[in-house]
Amino acid sequence: MSDELLAEHREPGMLGISYTMWLRILAPSLIGVLVLGGWEWAVRHYEVPRYILPGPILVAQTLVRNWGSLSVSLGITLQITFMALAVAASLGLALSVLFAQSRIIELSLFPYAVILQVTPIVAIAPLIIIWVDNIQVALLICAWIVAFFPILSNTTVGLNSTDRNLVDLFRLYGATRWQVLWRLRLPTAMPYFLAGLRISGGLSLIGAIVAEFVAGSGGRASGLAYRILEAGYQLQIPLMFAALVLVSGAGIAIFLILSLISHLLLRRWHESAGAGDRR
Amino acid sequence: MAKRYATGTLAVQNVGLEIGRGDFLALLGPSGCGKSTLLRLIAGLDAPSAGSLEWSEAAARRDIGFVFQEPTLMPWHSALRNVALPLELAGVARHEAAARAREMLARVELAGFEDAYPRQLSGGMRMRVSIARALVTRPRLLLMDEPFAALDEITRFRLNNDLLKLWQAERFTVVFVTHSVFESVFLAERIVVMAPRPGRVVAELRVPAEDRAAEEFRTSPLYAAHCREVSHALRDAMAA
Repeated sequence: MSDELLAEHREPGMLGISYTMWLRILAPSLIGVLVLGGWEWAVRHYEVPRYILPGPILVAQTLVRNWGSLSVSLGITLQITFMALAVAASLGLALSVLFAQSRIIELSLFPYAVILQVTPIVAIAPLIIIWVDNIQVALLICAWIVAFFPILSNTTVGLNSTDRNLVDLFRLYGATRWQVLWRLRLPTAMPYFLAGLRISGGLSLIGAIVAEFVAGSGGRASGLAYRILEAGYQLQIPLMFAALVLVSGAGIAIFLILSLISHLLLRRWHESAGAGDRR
Repeated sequence: MAKRYATGTLAVQNVGLEIGRGDFLALLGPSGCGKSTLLRLIAGLDAPSAGSLEWSEAAARRDIGFVFQEPTLMPWHSALRNVALPLELAGVARHEAAARAREMLARVELAGFEDAYPRQLSGGMRMRVSIARALVTRPRLLLMDEPFAALDEITRFRLNNDLLKLWQAERFTVVFVTHSVFESVFLAERIVVMAPRPGRVVAELRVPAEDRAAEEFRTSPLYAAHCREVSHALRDAMAA
């Protein structure tokens, strides 16, 4: 017989989704609908020409009409984004593990990581594009630079946040350095790493877009940034808006996917993944 | 044996203690008397600045379980995996470690909660998991640093009872740090009273096993008498 009960709390709901979750989905959606409605009405009422501000319905039509070419560009931009994110994540993780193992290395290299972060990408991008032959690689590097720091910084903090008593406990049982790293430090750092990853996802996309603006690449390998520029030059404003919508949509989707991954990995044990159970 | 910290604070001084096998020893004293330091020295987590620790058997030096004031569980593992940790670190196979952990969780009356995560457990349950983990390697020496201090009184009494029963069954050696006179008298046969500034031992008292065997020990006059005796010793220690 247990002394205290395990409280599994089920919130009331509809169709298997709790009322809180419905509110979470409906409230922002309602605002969105109102804003879009207001926008469309304003454009019609004030007869704003389409080359200044197209209404949302026109933007949607343009998006659908040009879906073929826009989707290809979207794919290219996303490809760079995800590759840069993957490199940033693995390199960031590896480097912070190195920092955790050697204070000297951390003190030597961390300032340079900070410098990397604070230098505006718009300034560095042209240089990188000149130095690196392959345009794809150049864009990848630019996106990586922007995405790298949050992961490195967060994971380093996470690795250093291990419970002192747990470290003592591991020492007491004669754990090897590897065991301490693998079984204690890395799990402790995981929530921090995932938080950094969520931030870096969006940054990676921004880096890819900015780099492409600077590169102004054309032809086959042109992502959404170039399509935006091109549409701007040709005064095809609705097309420009359509491309912008895709960029925003991609950013939102990336954030949601990373949040989902974070939630799935942490929900059983971490405070941040607020599950329903509490005692 | 003495311990001086890098800051120059003399935490503990001139402590000479002999601990016998199967003893239940309490270290009693106010904050700053060095009792936790002493415990860490015994565990080998810190090294003495002067003097030494002698063990009757070399192997006993490593055969220790430690219970901290906080449960100190790994939040990303279930209760079972937490308890199995010392075994896994020592290289015991996963399934065997799990079996032994399961058994130990049952001994601390947490059968059925093996797969619960620490965040789903109450403070008292987490402390039981911590105790189960400390005992899973069947150590000869159990060190406890004010383990029940953060719990409510009812839970505390229950855990006191359970600990005493476990000790009477298994007869490992226990060194139990506490600042509670009542707790030390209830649990320990030897009570070592310590004083602060500098940390040192000032008295040792005994509570014979026959006295404890009385039914309802906690409310018996014998208990009250021992508590009074120990309180006086503690008061004298703090005045010194």
